[in-house]
Amino acid sequence: MAKSLGPVKRKFTPWTDPNEKPFIRFENITKKFGDYTAIDDLTLDIYEREFFSLLGPSGCGKTTLMRMLAGFEDPTSGRILLQGKDISGVPPYRRPTNMMFQSYALFPHMTVEKNIAFGLKQDGLPKDEITARVAEMLKLVQLSQFAGRKPSQLSGGQRQRVALARSLAKKPKVLLLDEPLGALDKKLREETQFELMDIQTKLGLTFLIVTHDQEEAMTVSDRIAVMDKGIIKQVATPAEIYEAPNSRYVADFIGDINIVEGKVTAVADGKTQLDCGGMKVAVVEEAHCAAGDEVAFAIRPEKVSISLDPPADGTVNAFHGEVWDIGYLGDFSVFIVHDENGRVMRAAQANIARLVDRPITFGDMVWLTWKAESGLVLTN
Amino acid sequence: MKFTRLDATVLTLCFAFLYIPILILIIYSFNESKLVTVWGGFSLRWYRDMWSNDGLMDAAWITLRVGVLSASLGTILGTLAALALTRFGRFHGRILFSGMIYAPLVMPEVITGLSMLLLFVSLNVDRGFWTVVIAHTTFTMCYVAIVVQSRLYTFDRSLEEAALDLGCTPFKTFFVITLPLILPAVISGWMLAFTLSLDDLVIASFTTGPGATTLPIKIYSQVRLGVTPEINAISSILVAIVTCGVIVTSLLTKSRELQRQRDERAAFRAGG
Repeated sequence: MAKSLGPVKRKFTPWTDPNEKPFIRFENITKKFGDYTAIDDLTLDIYEREFFSLLGPSGCGKTTLMRMLAGFEDPTSGRILLQGKDISGVPPYRRPTNMMFQSYALFPHMTVEKNIAFGLKQDGLPKDEITARVAEMLKLVQLSQFAGRKPSQLSGGQRQRVALARSLAKKPKVLLLDEPLGALDKKLREETQFELMDIQTKLGLTFLIVTHDQEEAMTVSDRIAVMDKGIIKQVATPAEIYEAPNSRYVADFIGDINIVEGKVTAVADGKTQLDCGGMKVAVVEEAHCAAGDEVAFAIRPEKVSISLDPPADGTVNAFHGEVWDIGYLGDFSVFIVHDENGRVMRAAQANIARLVDRPITFGDMVWLTWKAESGLVLTN
Repeated sequence: MKFTRLDATVLTLCFAFLYIPILILIIYSFNESKLVTVWGGFSLRWYRDMWSNDGLMDAAWITLRVGVLSASLGTILGTLAALALTRFGRFHGRILFSGMIYAPLVMPEVITGLSMLLLFVSLNVDRGFWTVVIAHTTFTMCYVAIVVQSRLYTFDRSLEEAALDLGCTPFKTFFVITLPLILPAVISGWMLAFTLSLDDLVIASFTTGPGATTLPIKIYSQVRLGVTPEINAISSILVAIVTCGVIVTSLLTKSRELQRQRDERAAFRAGG
């Protein structure tokens, strides 16, 4: 389904190796709560040492899927395999997974140290071993001087790190992270994302993260599964998801995108020609469609150029209209352009120079153009 | 909002209405005179005499034992009932059960007492100390269940899940996570149950037998023969115990709240 995009961000692609066995396998999982279907016949493979994200809006079933892996919910039908073994019916306290909860779920009546030691104590490890392991964990999350504090005496960021240390203390085969950074402010969240990636690489564990924050998923993951209403829409690397979304839903969910409905006029010579209500569009890709099909043309705003001058060829991949709004985002400015038919297109431009006289302003008639390689045809 | 003279008057009248009878009782417990209505000077005589009144002391001892036993049993049963009602989701008859938990609160005590009496008679149980304990357990457990239930509604279930996730069995999780965290509510429930048992007259009169006269029954029966200053004295002590209990509980709550605020300020200063 996904186009080849050349080398991805890291040379770690076990999912492309047909001999590689999945570490975790969700096999035809369905979960019903009464009449409501939370997960609908879902199959998904996750590989060892992968940092895998389940991404979707609230209510899409991503948390339910994770809770089934942790053992808090049982699938209505289907199997979950961990290293090839069916773990259905194994209670949560016997599963080699540990979870970091969205609310952190730190035990308020125990100190930081006792919180981290809790899981190790349940395993009946000798005391000195527990002490050593707790110290190691505290060092990992840089909280050694807070060992004797109660959770209520910590800031949000510190609590988050205690929760992480507690869930890592038992060296789980899989670490489950439920919206781990949701409660942190933006700057701290970004720092912590990189910390998480570091820790994951250092410990060589498999991380499964649930999030509704697409930026977070893009930053940390090896692969992302985009979910909607209990099904998986697309599983791919962040770059593939962004550059080659397989549906209107995924395209719209990840990042900003212009989507224009249209009709296929021709598919030939490595190109797909579309007619979007008078606007002619050509895309370098032979999409899985035939002339006459109703499809959508999609293009990311940053791939659209904006100019006051008409292009050399204004008949194809061009849009003429009036600037209605300008969103200044600091690094980028987004121009919202309306044409005479009321169609809207957005173009983003990097603000490369500081304090230039912006040549384009509200009410200007402008031309938006893009390369045939930049657009996408969405067939579903 | 301004505090007007009318407000002050209303407030004074309300408190007077509530507390003047108790105040009079306490004042007259320090009366030297043998006649309750005649002031004969200040004295602690009746507090002294009270200790040598075996009937009164026996009754007090029985009441205390009934209170501790029935409050403890009621707390265990009430806590379990609260857990069942909040935890097991929508089992069959849940609404019926939660309704039934509240019923004894609104049921006239005479009815509860009478039905208990009929039960013991039909089972041919000798009435006495243990029948009072059972009867008190029955009606106090509802109060405990309600107090504990309201705490459990706000209990973060993910704490228990976290414990399970870290390898703790459900049974152990209850004792190391759930119970310590709901303990303040359980203790409040126990204190409430104990107080209710302490001053119950109606249900105790129905279910008691020879040799198990509780203090309220004793006081009530003595008053019918005429109020003695000793009764005033022991009643004043009861008032003192209850007042102390209320003050200690509210101080505990207050200091916990203060501690929490201090913690939050400390965390805020720590930043990040």
